Amino acid sequence: MRPISYLRAEGTDAVDSALRAVGGDPGSDFLAGGTTEVDLLRQNVLGPRRLVDINRLPLADIEDLPDGGLRIGALARMSEVASSPAVQERFPLVSRALVLGASAQLRHMASMGGNMMQRVRCGYYRDGESPCNKREPGAGCAALAGVSRNHAVLGTSEHCIATHPSDVAVPLVALDARIHTRTLEGEHTYAIDDFFLEPGDAPHREHPLTHGELITAIEVPALPMARRSLYLKVRDRESYEFALVSVAAAIEVRDGKVSGVRIALGGVGTRPWRARRAEDALVGGPATTKSFDLAARAELAVARTTPMNAFKPELARRTLVRALETLTADGSPS
Amino acid sequence: MTVRTPDTGTEHKGTGPEAGDRGPGPVKVRLDVNGVRRDVEIEPRVSLLGALRDELQLTGAKRGCDQGTCGACTVWVDGRRVLACLTLAITCEDAEVTTVEGLAAPDGSGDGQLHAMQEEFIRHDAFQCGYCTPGQIMSAVGCVREGHAGDDREIKEWMSGNICRCAAYPHIRAAIRAARDRV
Repeated sequence: MRPISYLRAEGTDAVDSALRAVGGDPGSDFLAGGTTEVDLLRQNVLGPRRLVDINRLPLADIEDLPDGGLRIGALARMSEVASSPAVQERFPLVSRALVLGASAQLRHMASMGGNMMQRVRCGYYRDGESPCNKREPGAGCAALAGVSRNHAVLGTSEHCIATHPSDVAVPLVALDARIHTRTLEGEHTYAIDDFFLEPGDAPHREHPLTHGELITAIEVPALPMARRSLYLKVRDRESYEFALVSVAAAIEVRDGKVSGVRIALGGVGTRPWRARRAEDALVGGPATTKSFDLAARAELAVARTTPMNAFKPELARRTLVRALETLTADGSPS
Repeated sequence: MTVRTPDTGTEHKGTGPEAGDRGPGPVKVRLDVNGVRRDVEIEPRVSLLGALRDELQLTGAKRGCDQGTCGACTVWVDGRRVLACLTLAITCEDAEVTTVEGLAAPDGSGDGQLHAMQEEFIRHDAFQCGYCTPGQIMSAVGCVREGHAGDDREIKEWMSGNICRCAAYPHIRAAIRAARDRV
């Protein structure tokens, strides 16, 4: 780990001070929970010369919005959001995704803003040595012909197939969340669809944020049907493991027909994957296993696999069908 | 902005973002560990685990993976179980750090009265080599306090961040069940 200097932002205009400190210095980065950042500093994958500690900034509240939505402060910890009664009642898929991610210790540390900014778990990115277009644009991608069991099958490119690792980002994508940020120029808002970028020919660019742009909050708009929603996660071991496939889903059925549905997939995409093809296939049709199956196939038809992760589209199909069956079966999402 | 500089006790106000820079060389960092204030001279890149073990000789928290996957370094910061290996010590100024050494209650005998969780780990033979045990115990007390020790299934899930290479898991769960109502 290279030497670093440290600045703690605190006091009345701490937010602006932090923005000035990082925005004005390409060698500075924000430090929040540190669960990804400190790890990657130690691996020499990240190399800032200074960390600006933002943990004292007043950005940790979880606020009710008048319309039934929520505004989650960027420095709220994963464990705090997971145990928030408002989140549990209105958005159980968010609470569930958080609880199924990482470990209890990491959830106490990791911030929600940091979760949105976490780096991929691709071993070739993280080893600091292998060819990796994310770490070193133009270097190539060792995963394409390497160990790729955990890699993505949707949204990939010839330059990168790393899976987006976040659990909670999956329901947030399904819920059309908005990411609020600040720069010295003012406040900005991103639709979450515009926030996570596919690798394309620039895998090093994962978000539209400029250097020194600070996430301040995640806004979750009201969605009544989300009160009955779930996050179903399939992985190689039961706990403390990243998803092979996960599904965040909410569905509304009237007179046997799907009147509304939200679906997003984790573990399979280079970004948290909103399953719009599946949603479009379902709306207006019958809420049956057959239509769930057809919708899943519609979404996964474009999957591009490697020999090691060729199981993922089928696993994703089954997981998606089970999620929708569970939600529509007896009203008791597991 | 007000930037605290504990090594001088003075404050720099609004003179620009560089005013409060500390490091990259060793700086004085004030830690509150197990109720005692301790000054250490460390670089900002030093982890809380490194400061505890190498500067304060509190070797209860163990360096297992040093990358946030094994839980052997689990301590409490402001009462919450966290990983000391992924926490920079300098970020803990103004926080209360508790390690396994701070768990036993002082009783004047030098060793102190063991915490209920420590007693039950011994009673249930909840370890073999013992390397992960301080982390297991700090995590286990957190698990109980957080209200997630209802049954074995729940304990399993909420203790999954602590790996035991000897696989003493059944006994660890038995110790947690036994200590549950005493914590």
